Amino acid sequence: MESFGYTVLIPVILFFSFIFIGLAGGKMNKYLSGIIGTVSLLTVTVLSYYTAYSYFFVYGKAGGVYQKIIPFQTEWLRFSEKLYIEMGVLLDPISVMMLVVISTVSLMVHIYSIGYMKEDMGYERFFSFLSLFTFSMTGLVIATNIFQTYVFWELVGVSSYLLIGHYYDRPSAVAASKKAFIVTRFADLGFLIGILILSNITGTFDFKILTDPDGSAITQGSSVAFMGLSVMTWALILVFMGCAGKSAMFPLHIWLPDAMEGPTPVSALIHAATMVVAGVYLVARLFPLYALSAPVALHLVGYVGAFTSLFAAAIACTQTDIKRILAFSTISQIGFMMLGLGVSGYGGENGLGFMASMFHLFNHAMFKALLFLCAGSIIHAVHNNDMNFTGGLRKFMPVTHITFLIACLAIAGIPPFSGFFSKDEILVAAFEHDKFLSVVMFAVAGLTAFYMFRLYFTVFWNKDTQYQKTPHESPKVMAYPLMFLAAASALTGFIPFGNYVTADGSAVETPFHWNVAVPAVAVSFAGILLAMKLYKKESDMPAKISSSLGELYKIVYKKFYIDEIYIFVTKNIIFKYISVPVAWFDRKVVDNTMNGIAALTNFVSVKIKSFQSGQLQQYAYVMVSGMIVLILIALYFMKTF
Amino acid sequence: MNILTLFLIVPVLTVIAILISRTKEQIRVSAAVGMGIQLIQSIYLIFAYLAERSRGNIDVMLFTKTWKWFESMNIQFSIGVDGISVSLIALTGIVIFTGVLTSWHVDYLTKEFFISLIVLSTGVFGFFISLDLFTMFLFFELAVIPMYLLIGIWGSGPKEYAAMKLTLMLMGASALLLVGILGLYVNSVQTGNPEFTFNIVDLSRIDLPIEVQRVFFPMVFVGFGVLGALFPFHTWSPDGHSSAPTAVSMLHAGVLMKMGGYGCLRVAMYLMPDAANEMGWIFIILTTISVVYGAFGAIVQKDLKYINAYSSVSHCGLVLFAILMSDKISSNGAVLQMISHGLMTALFFALIGMIYERTHTRDIRFMGGLMKVLPFLAVCYMIAGFASLGLPGLSGFIAEMNIFVGAFQHSETFYRVATVIVCSSIVITAVYILRVVAALLLGPIKNEEFNFLKDAVWFEKASTVILIIAIAGMGLAPLWLSELISESLNPIIQKLSLLNIY
Repeated sequence: MESFGYTVLIPVILFFSFIFIGLAGGKMNKYLSGIIGTVSLLTVTVLSYYTAYSYFFVYGKAGGVYQKIIPFQTEWLRFSEKLYIEMGVLLDPISVMMLVVISTVSLMVHIYSIGYMKEDMGYERFFSFLSLFTFSMTGLVIATNIFQTYVFWELVGVSSYLLIGHYYDRPSAVAASKKAFIVTRFADLGFLIGILILSNITGTFDFKILTDPDGSAITQGSSVAFMGLSVMTWALILVFMGCAGKSAMFPLHIWLPDAMEGPTPVSALIHAATMVVAGVYLVARLFPLYALSAPVALHLVGYVGAFTSLFAAAIACTQTDIKRILAFSTISQIGFMMLGLGVSGYGGENGLGFMASMFHLFNHAMFKALLFLCAGSIIHAVHNNDMNFTGGLRKFMPVTHITFLIACLAIAGIPPFSGFFSKDEILVAAFEHDKFLSVVMFAVAGLTAFYMFRLYFTVFWNKDTQYQKTPHESPKVMAYPLMFLAAASALTGFIPFGNYVTADGSAVETPFHWNVAVPAVAVSFAGILLAMKLYKKESDMPAKISSSLGELYKIVYKKFYIDEIYIFVTKNIIFKYISVPVAWFDRKVVDNTMNGIAALTNFVSVKIKSFQSGQLQQYAYVMVSGMIVLILIALYFMKTF
Repeated sequence: MNILTLFLIVPVLTVIAILISRTKEQIRVSAAVGMGIQLIQSIYLIFAYLAERSRGNIDVMLFTKTWKWFESMNIQFSIGVDGISVSLIALTGIVIFTGVLTSWHVDYLTKEFFISLIVLSTGVFGFFISLDLFTMFLFFELAVIPMYLLIGIWGSGPKEYAAMKLTLMLMGASALLLVGILGLYVNSVQTGNPEFTFNIVDLSRIDLPIEVQRVFFPMVFVGFGVLGALFPFHTWSPDGHSSAPTAVSMLHAGVLMKMGGYGCLRVAMYLMPDAANEMGWIFIILTTISVVYGAFGAIVQKDLKYINAYSSVSHCGLVLFAILMSDKISSNGAVLQMISHGLMTALFFALIGMIYERTHTRDIRFMGGLMKVLPFLAVCYMIAGFASLGLPGLSGFIAEMNIFVGAFQHSETFYRVATVIVCSSIVITAVYILRVVAALLLGPIKNEEFNFLKDAVWFEKASTVILIIAIAGMGLAPLWLSELISESLNPIIQKLSLLNIY
């Protein structure tokens, strides 16, 4: 047994990289900060790969089952004897897999950013926040207890806020960053209350105890019911609310499209590959609890995932901003992963959905990061985000073209690219579990192929746009990450994921289902062909179709008016009908009462101050008349005696 | 000599030094040196305290010393500290020292300004080391009176009104408090205590009849609660803060409001536990309102100081809320929140003062884009904001989580529902903090003149950096502080007799 003690260096290196670049970045050559960030990321990547190698192939297994290993743990904050927060490293298949994903994508994004951000004013700031983000993200996935997850959950939220608002003099970026933070914070409120309830039922934060299938948390569960569901179910639903916020599930997805205001490498890293899948990761982390003691909550996860997936895919078909299309596609794909979890059981053959979901998470990280980095190259070259201003780029940008195509094929689920394998397994799991959901997901698969190739054909084929400056291929430092990720997107599908990452740690068979794979691929091909027909050459067909759909098209194009609803709720209800009245009440009622008391005192004292006039005659007059009155009273009483 | 007496001797010496100073430079330096010594010894006190504890001293209060004062009435001058007061003394040390640094440029009646400031801080130090209710009350008044002068003379805006309002409301509170304290005193002759006493340790040993507690608990709690911005007695806070000069806002929000929380815990809850358990629910409702109401009130404010004042109402409401839970975890959170709020609001007010000096406005509608011209101050402001909205790694998170976790362990639904409502403040806080950050620091520069502003100078940097180090230090390594406090909470919680729940 090897001690995995060195894994603690992964977050530690990144933390110091953040502090160092943050404090010293302004005082040194700005490119040095990029190099420091990249080198520390490279170290972390090597460490993560080594960890993955030793965990999966050498030391991780005991009795054919992957173990949960805690090589490092230290107490951070103690509430009571049983409730305490520890900062530690938990290694199990999903956390090790996430380490690989995060470090790979982050390294690629770092390298890419050296070129992409070259001209940027906030170069050092950018790299220090990238380090902060990667630190928080690794801390999140290796958390040993749910409170550690929450700590880093908040930290990834804030690094996302800082990076979305990178161009802070742009009002739209400021608004987007604010929105992202507040929406996810609102979701985190659910997460926090969920944690509180969980801690109350189970008396622990520790993942090992919480997710032990034979442990007290699962076997005892909660006997108390609230509104027809057990309290445990409510707790897990609330935790899922946090997940839905981070992973942009309907109706908390609204921040993600706006988050595209951030620099494109940030979108690739945070809003495509890593942070937005944190929700999926957390559900997976708590999966035994969901599957064994709160199946209702798990169903909710599945249905929310499926609905979001369809919803976002429909919107993606109508958008024209390159990055926004990719954002909606991300939402849709995360919906796929959530659905995978939702239709999964715990352990054995039933655990296929879990494994497929994690597999899809892994593949998606690669090809979606690639798509975003390609989008970055395109935007870098043509200085425009709108796909209608592009066209015919294949001649100018061959590397971007080919890599983008590979990514599109991967996401569309065309064999032998990676997306095919994982998506196929999710569909199999859905098909075996719930026929209705699997039909929905087939439709989503077709839509995915359509909108991705709509984008692909519009950008790289279609009309030959006249550019003001001839677009050129990106420099090598940006092209190499594209090639690496393209290779990953093409090949990772062949990893026998079922052997490594499963719900209960033991290997699961992943039989190939022709009856699902063939129709899925057929649907995808149909989507691609339709996109090709409509968008490969310049034509007025798309416009005709959209106008013939009329109102329906407009509703989808307007993203089902969800943003407008939110604005109504925040601007009108919270701002106008709560905050303004509260402030008014405070000033006018509460404060005026206090002032009123003061005024009353003042009034009374004005009235009685004449008693203290200082005039001797007046005092003598009052004294004498008072005496007379008293004497009269006394006489009166004496008489009665 | 008792180490605690130094906290009273050093300010006296500092005041003498200021009195004999000839130039403004000398005044500033002697004030800074004097308060620097206060800071150092308040940090040293923590170590001395821990050393004494590790030596196995399990007395409730350490470094105690009692002088007879009015022998016939058994009024003592009694001092001593436990983990709670030690940490609050450290907070006071930090805030007064940074407050002196931020007041470096005060030119008008410099001597008088620093003397008042130091007298004020002495009142606070004295309050935290007192073990006798009489002395405690004395120091309470000593802290409140200079506030009137400081706001009335060196303030801005409608300063006479604000000074008067603040002083009168706090005086009204002290009147209630005085009655409450006297009530405790005249009822202190019970079994096992032959003499009338003001001494907290002695009082804690006797069980007052519940009828007595019922009468005096609300008086003491409200009396201290006014200082801790208890709804609906909080309105002195926005006006007072916005008119006060920078250092006074820092001290006031930073430490004076903490005297309220400390008094509620140490006097109201500790000495009258039965009434606290019985009547706590009324105040839980009021503090729940404070928390949410303050946060909502902050959303629409336009003046930076008003935003902070309302935010203080919300955060200090959380302190009182947590104390009322009579739970060890949440009371620990309450003390942590006092420290955390003290540090971050001091930082906030310091920064607001610095920004105001440059822009001559505190209205966020005319601000914008300061990140470009004042990067240092802007980054500090953001850190303060993050601390305020409870970002892990900074102090606010630790305190809030202790409060939420502790309060939620309560077995009654009423308390849990209140906790959930209070939890929602984390979202509202994020809304108003990000709103002000965006309006003040981000976006394009709205006012052309702002392009020529100069960033922080050395004393401004020094004071903000000290505060940030304290905030981050507490947030990154919370365990020792939390242990220091929680061990001292045992006697209080034991009296509240809820310890055996866990």
